[in-house]
Amino acid sequence: MDIIAQLFAGLSLGSVLLLAALGLSLTFGQMGVINMAHGEFMMAGAYTAFVVQGVVGDAGVSLLLALPLGFVVGGLLGLLLEATLIHRMYRRPLDTLLVTWGVALVLQQVARDVFGAPNVDVRAPAWLSGAVEIGGLALPRTRLFILALAAVCVVALALALRATPLGRRIRAVVQNRDLAEASGISSRTTDRVTFFIGSGLAGIAGVALTLLGSIGPTLGTNYIVDAFLVVVAGGIGQVKGTVIAATALGLMQAFFEYSTTASVAKVLVFVAVVAFLQLRPQGLVSVRTRSLA
Amino acid sequence: MTVLSALARPGRTRTLAAYGLAAALLLLAPTVLSPFRLDLLAKFLCLAMVAVGIGLAWGRGGLLTLGQGVYFGLGGYLMAMHLKLADAGPGGVPDFMLLYGTGQVPGWWEPLRSPIAAILLILLVPAALAAALGWAVFTRRVRGAYFAILSQALAAAFTILLIGQQQTTGGTNGLNGFRAFFGYDLADPANRLMLYFIAAAVLLGMVAVAHQLATSRFGELLVAVRDQEDRGRFLGYDPALVKVVAYVVAAVMAAIGGALFVPIVGIISPADVGVVPSIGFLIGVAIGGRATLLGPVLGSIAVSWAQTSISEQFPSGWIYFQGALFILVVAFLPGGLASVAGVARRRRTAERSRA
Repeated sequence: MDIIAQLFAGLSLGSVLLLAALGLSLTFGQMGVINMAHGEFMMAGAYTAFVVQGVVGDAGVSLLLALPLGFVVGGLLGLLLEATLIHRMYRRPLDTLLVTWGVALVLQQVARDVFGAPNVDVRAPAWLSGAVEIGGLALPRTRLFILALAAVCVVALALALRATPLGRRIRAVVQNRDLAEASGISSRTTDRVTFFIGSGLAGIAGVALTLLGSIGPTLGTNYIVDAFLVVVAGGIGQVKGTVIAATALGLMQAFFEYSTTASVAKVLVFVAVVAFLQLRPQGLVSVRTRSLA
Repeated sequence: MTVLSALARPGRTRTLAAYGLAAALLLLAPTVLSPFRLDLLAKFLCLAMVAVGIGLAWGRGGLLTLGQGVYFGLGGYLMAMHLKLADAGPGGVPDFMLLYGTGQVPGWWEPLRSPIAAILLILLVPAALAAALGWAVFTRRVRGAYFAILSQALAAAFTILLIGQQQTTGGTNGLNGFRAFFGYDLADPANRLMLYFIAAAVLLGMVAVAHQLATSRFGELLVAVRDQEDRGRFLGYDPALVKVVAYVVAAVMAAIGGALFVPIVGIISPADVGVVPSIGFLIGVAIGGRATLLGPVLGSIAVSWAQTSISEQFPSGWIYFQGALFILVVAFLPGGLASVAGVARRRRTAERSRA
């Protein structure tokens, strides 16, 4: 029974990591841009849920409204960042990391000045309170909802990449930017749309996080490092790698935590990722290229 | 030839003159600064030591290390553990362990009772960790952003571990309340002046080492690996080895900075070593000019000074300022302030040739 409880805890953690990392791997994969402000886009999504609840009142309606609104808020922030700063720096990925870190600092302080430094709570709707009993095991409904939400986001993103003209353009730019441009694809527009979607996914992740606890200005920093580890371990440019890596890291964290302590588990997960990169330096799944690696 | 006229000349004389000027300023600082300000300057010098290492690894070698706080923290915590044990006396137990812990000194603390062992461990533990991580990462050609992310994850894991092991590390409070530094009373102003001079001398020594490394064959190889790693490999060099050495040197410099930070500031806690301060070390280096010799030192001291004076007046102002610095300097002036003269000169020549 314990094993199943750990399994659920791991999958649940994995689904949170997946939501946080999905958009990250999209923007990192396409543009090689490390967006350190991704965590703050999550924070913006979480505060969107807080504001929507303040306006609407009913917890259930506000959650369903906040999910699309969080996507739009995150996406617009991403679009703004791309248009003002990131597009100037595509040839300097490491510098982008530092610039977006500066953006992250500013956004955190804005949140602190607008909403106050103490954490705030967003009420979960009644239909998500309590737990589902399966074979003597109590599974919290909020956790199940986040699992389902992560699954929906993955399927939607995978379908969008695979079956729409936009997805085809995105994949073309990921595989070979110059050739895609030569075939008449506007990589400029594609980049912007990708950044909108990736940042929007961060907004959705932020809304989901309000179900798990109170939210504060530093919400993003708590998840961003783990989300980056998922992207590194999963390899870039493919949804599949991110899904597997997020699940694996979530499960590892849960099982290590069970046999040791939460803090030792973090260190063990880090060691495991470094060890895994010994076997596959490019991550689990990577787009084959002919560049020297 | 006066120092100032030498500064205007290019090359070796100019480097020497700048170095001499910096040494003279550091020597004269105690005569003009109040003891409180001098303590602050000594703290800034410790942080600048980390910057010298980052200048070497990031500026020269292109290794964006977001986890120097780990090595700074290792040096600091090892020193703090030694000072705690020394304060407790032979066989004694540090005060905080009686409070949170079992009242017993754990086995892995014991070697730090000896001052010589403490100094050796301060140098060796960070070097070993940096060598292990660097070797594992660089020989598998994990590089660029991947390395940056791993170094940041290391900082996150280190902080979480420190907070989790409260009985032996002091948790979020960290280690503080030291009375003496290798037998010298820390409350005595004369000893505090001595600590300042030690920090100044160590920093100048590090700058000299960094200069020597940068101008040596190793330094040229490091720049070559930064700019064209594959070409360096085809010429028969091992880029991984070059990177590991640069990373280890940067780690040891950060550890020494951390070890001196502890007696000067009187506390080391997870807040000094985590993800946020680790990235914070970079901004001074970026402003001063990451690939220059004195740029990282001057930039780091200037940023520390700005942080202290801005947060004294506007508590939330500093974070906006720091964020803006990251955005403006890295996006629009990647060479740092050291490149301003060069950029202006190039622009002038370009205008002249157009006219």
